[in-house]
Amino acid sequence: MAGFSMRPCGDFRTTYRQDTRIFDTTFVRYAAVFGVVATALMPFVLDGYYVNLFIQISYFAIAALGLNILVGFTGQISLGHAAFFGFGAFASAWINNHTGIPVLLSIPLAGLLTAAVGLLFGLPAARIKGLYLAIATLAAQFILEDFFARADWFTGGSYGAAANPINVFGYEVVDDFSFFYVCLFFLVIMYVLGSNLMRSRDGRAFVAVRDHYLSAEIMGISLTKYRLLSFAVSSFYAGIGGAIYGHYLGYVSAEGFTILLSIQFLGMIIIGGLGSVKGALMGTVFMVLLPEVMETGVSALSVFDWANSTAVTDGLAYIKEMAIGLAIILFLIFEPDGLAHRWQQIRAYWKLYPFSY
Amino acid sequence: MNFELLFQLLLNGLIVGTLYGVVAMCFVLIYKSTQVVNFAQGEFLLIGAWVCYAFLVEFQMPFWLGFVFTLLFMLAFGVILQLVVLRPMIGEPIISVIMVTIGLSIFFQAATKWIFGATTATYPQVFETRAISIGGMQIETAYIMSFAISLVIMAAFYWFFKYSKLGLAMRATAFDQQVAQSLGISVKTVFAMSWAISAMVSGVAGIVIGMVNGVSSGLSVIGIKVFPAVILGGLDSIIGAIAGGVIIGLLENGAEFVDGQYLHWGNLFSIAPFYVLIVILCIKPYGLFGTKDIERI
Repeated sequence: MAGFSMRPCGDFRTTYRQDTRIFDTTFVRYAAVFGVVATALMPFVLDGYYVNLFIQISYFAIAALGLNILVGFTGQISLGHAAFFGFGAFASAWINNHTGIPVLLSIPLAGLLTAAVGLLFGLPAARIKGLYLAIATLAAQFILEDFFARADWFTGGSYGAAANPINVFGYEVVDDFSFFYVCLFFLVIMYVLGSNLMRSRDGRAFVAVRDHYLSAEIMGISLTKYRLLSFAVSSFYAGIGGAIYGHYLGYVSAEGFTILLSIQFLGMIIIGGLGSVKGALMGTVFMVLLPEVMETGVSALSVFDWANSTAVTDGLAYIKEMAIGLAIILFLIFEPDGLAHRWQQIRAYWKLYPFSY
Repeated sequence: MNFELLFQLLLNGLIVGTLYGVVAMCFVLIYKSTQVVNFAQGEFLLIGAWVCYAFLVEFQMPFWLGFVFTLLFMLAFGVILQLVVLRPMIGEPIISVIMVTIGLSIFFQAATKWIFGATTATYPQVFETRAISIGGMQIETAYIMSFAISLVIMAAFYWFFKYSKLGLAMRATAFDQQVAQSLGISVKTVFAMSWAISAMVSGVAGIVIGMVNGVSSGLSVIGIKVFPAVILGGLDSIIGAIAGGVIIGLLENGAEFVDGQYLHWGNLFSIAPFYVLIVILCIKPYGLFGTKDIERI
């Protein structure tokens, strides 16, 4: 099966190494590398609007992958992801402003700090699971939101915190064009890290805890350790994503990290596919593009009278919000395995064409 | 120590707490009979309040007629919601069920804002006197009415689950679905009815709060406040829900007193229940009255 040869129909993997490969065939690996290179060339071709969309997708996608590790792989529900995302943004700005550590270093440091906070709020997870944990993380969301509004020394209180632009070896990243590459760099690193984590012993332990925690414990997996670890990893990703977000906007305000954003993160991984690394990316793309597509859709429909009525133009923000809720509900009813699963089916269809079974 | 203020706040706490108790009861009703955690409970209140407002103001109905129509609307709403959205989710993992109600919550939150606007609307005056004085303290009539309605709802729940046939069927279903089904109880009807009753009673609570404070999208916060109450009382206990609601109501107002008199932190009262929630989850996850799960391999 060397080179670009087609993979035979059926499962012919004979070693664990083959089974845990990130890319099934060499072709897929080349395709992925080609995809990254093509994305890297994107800003030369497309205009600033798309570059901006990509930047949005990348910081949300990093955080969404973190949430997918927690929810999709470990089976722990978190309703407070936006709070950790926000904590990362404030932490990075604070580290950079108060210690002078360059931004490129303060982003991972903020990730570590957020991981520590995630551990703290993950402590109840050592004892409780499922629904109770969902409610505990809901409380974490409100407590952290309150903390953002209150802790003047850390977040600047109601004024918010200023975040310096990223500085790479003396070169200030101020415009979208160069920030795009910073985002791409972090996105690729975090996704490769995530995929590799899931192939390691720890990643398999996460899945075991999700699938049957009693069996996992009997097989010698420490439940407390892995539940906490999962919280820490997920918060680490949220912190990195949030830090990039903060330095991109240049200003972090306490109002941006509400429960609605937490729900959007959950929506991303549900739409993309729980327990799938590429699903997190797909879901984020869907969630970021959904309002944009609706915006263009409404402006394309403006030839009709009803699309120009005040009910539609003034209520567009609400219609977008409704669409998010509706997308989550419809995906859960009709495609609970998400876009990643649908993608597998499309691939299988082409691979087996015309003799699909 | 300002005893008068403390007493006034505690009285408020008791009244608000009973309302929390009622909403928590609706939440527990759904959880107990269908094992669904309803994150959209606050939106039920919101919808009830807005629909009643629309009947009263847009259609100029007298209060009692609008009230009855709202109840009928909420009944149909609950049944349809269960049929269309929740029935396909039976047997799905808990994360899916939670997410579907969260999805409903954002959907209805945005929908009510779109249809009725994001500003606060005040109900037309229902009572002639605004406030009466009891023992030297001014209490708004609406508060008394809210307290009375809460007590009536609680008594009605007690009667319903103790004596009515449907109530007994619902208790049997909550106890064991298979056994209930084999005894000829239609589990489908029970599921639909529990959503309908929950939506109806939440709608009444929404109307009551709307009459006191005016109706706006902020009303759905009650749906979040319910969580500390039900966790404190135990997720599957109706008595626990009432007790939890009252305790959270008292706690909130107690926190406001301590905050206003001594600490001056600002919004301690809105965040205090969540600290309590975390503590309860760490030391006694099944609450005061909840049944403790024992898992067998």
